[in-house]
Amino acid sequence: MAIDPSRIRRYEHGSRVPGWDDAVDLSKAPAVVPDPATTPVPAELRAEIESHMGRYPDFRSAAIPALHAAQRLHGWCSPTAIEQVACVMRLTPGYLTALATFYDMFETRPKGPVDVYVCTNISCSLRGADGIYAAMLSAAGDDPEFHVKSFECLGACDIAPMASIDGEYVGPLEEADCAQIVADVKAGRPVLEAKQLRHRKAAGL
Amino acid sequence: MRLLFDEIDQPGLDTLAVYRRDRGGYEMLSRALEMEPADVLSLLQASGLRGRGGAGFAMGTKASFLPKGDMDKYVVCNADESEPGTFKDRELMQKNPHLLIEGLAIAAHAVGANKAFIFIRGEYAYVATILEAALAEAKAADLLGALELWVHRGAGAYICGEETALLDALEGKRGNPRLKPPFPAVQGLYRGPTLINNVETLMNAPIILRMGGEEYAKIGTERSTGTKVVSVSGCVRRPGNYEVELGIPTREIIYDLAGGPDEGRSIKFFFPGGSSAPVLPGTDEMLDLPYDFDSMAKAGSMLGSGAIIVVDDSIGVVDVALKTAKFYRHESCGKCTPCREGTNWTVKMLERIDAGEATPMDLDIMASICDQIIGNCLCVLGDAMAMPIASMIKHFRAEFEAHIDAARERNDLGVAVAQVNRDDHAGQTDLLEPTGEGAGVTVH
Repeated sequence: MAIDPSRIRRYEHGSRVPGWDDAVDLSKAPAVVPDPATTPVPAELRAEIESHMGRYPDFRSAAIPALHAAQRLHGWCSPTAIEQVACVMRLTPGYLTALATFYDMFETRPKGPVDVYVCTNISCSLRGADGIYAAMLSAAGDDPEFHVKSFECLGACDIAPMASIDGEYVGPLEEADCAQIVADVKAGRPVLEAKQLRHRKAAGL
Repeated sequence: MRLLFDEIDQPGLDTLAVYRRDRGGYEMLSRALEMEPADVLSLLQASGLRGRGGAGFAMGTKASFLPKGDMDKYVVCNADESEPGTFKDRELMQKNPHLLIEGLAIAAHAVGANKAFIFIRGEYAYVATILEAALAEAKAADLLGALELWVHRGAGAYICGEETALLDALEGKRGNPRLKPPFPAVQGLYRGPTLINNVETLMNAPIILRMGGEEYAKIGTERSTGTKVVSVSGCVRRPGNYEVELGIPTREIIYDLAGGPDEGRSIKFFFPGGSSAPVLPGTDEMLDLPYDFDSMAKAGSMLGSGAIIVVDDSIGVVDVALKTAKFYRHESCGKCTPCREGTNWTVKMLERIDAGEATPMDLDIMASICDQIIGNCLCVLGDAMAMPIASMIKHFRAEFEAHIDAARERNDLGVAVAQVNRDDHAGQTDLLEPTGEGAGVTVH
């Protein structure tokens, strides 16, 4: 029996492997620690990274806070962002890229500035998180201002199903709330204020 | 009985002024600083306090493993609360951050540590802000003495809740667990002796100092002392954090406190201690079990992080199993082969069951994968997938088999196509997360 090719999902470049078409030159030497003389780093970013580096007995501990700062500035962990962190911390870009690809909150592809994490883990999905995620995707998935991502347990199962909008926890969500979230962000208002977790009283008290 | 959640919604409790005025804040720290470290340690040991993060190891005993001497020692607070179903630390830190700082400082004095870190998961950004503000207040009031304390934000990885992976992440590496021994108490952060404790554990330290170790040990059961904040979620009417005395019947927590399942529904099964705990069926026998470390262990599960996820009879067990397995596949750090491969293959087999391409024999293969993961990795992430999946197969084998049959009937192409698809490695499409990089996926 012949295979129906439409059942096999592929990336645009025709392969089933992501990143297959990313250019890589195996004969090239790996990137070295950037030269401060030729790598401009914004003063604020440098100051923030250096203040983190001063907190730890080993400066490398500041790598994750530094990547947070660079991602905030550049929008994502772009090659430029990585290079700037590498320059300040005197680490190789490869080391930092390995970190950025390991942790879920770092993005190594361009993304929208507003992070919308929809929890689709067990407790939330028992209460309809998959529907919320679909609704969120249709409300903001194509909007360049948003970065909608399904996330593992965000630690707020008391307001399941929930989402985190740039770190602000809101829930329990209904599908209609997704449009409201988009409207609130665009208007610069607090997001879904009535459903913010920070205002919620402890259960049973 | 409420110790940690006592009037926790009081406005302004997260400020130093209110914490000191109404709660006698930082009095216990000054009392501890006047005592010999060894005396503080023996108080903690007398309390019988067991770790609240998941393993349930006696906190005082763990602290006593740290060598004496003048070397740099560290205390790390594990606030990387990522276990599905667990959200107690979030609420505790958000509403009473100073209690954690005080508890941490007491623990640091007990073990003679001069540096401390609170490793908080990156997703808890607003909680981290509250903690940082509280810490700044405590530092400005010069309450911490010589202790150097910082809040360190992670960047989203479940594995960093494992203590040695957390240490790696704190050292600025990928969060990969280390081989134990040496345990962190001997060689931890920056290869120095390190005490790692969960948020809730450390928050109990000031309370123990106030009550006295023996008095604290009278709460709860003999081997599970004190109170526990239980996070109840899933199919219940009032999900939330409830502080209970250890040893109360599980039924009381699920029904009386959290309101039980919706009208007309019954409990099919529940995870008694986060998604890593083997599930227990919702029978009277299980619901009447006392909620403490030993009773849960005796019933074949564990208290874990104290997170009860209730699943009612409207939910299919295969769906829950698939969600659980996918979570661990995503979060496996990839260091050990049994976990990296085992979680991946378990997901594939569960998807095959769902697609109507499996036979009941696959259940045995899945159970054997679980067998081969357990105990064969550096940390227990793989075990944490294998144990609940194996327990679901054990308790609900008939439902799995019925699901397999129904899916095969539905799939009118039957096993023949499945075979051809497998030959074409169609299974590889599973690797394409429908979510993450989804924008790039097109169907030809």
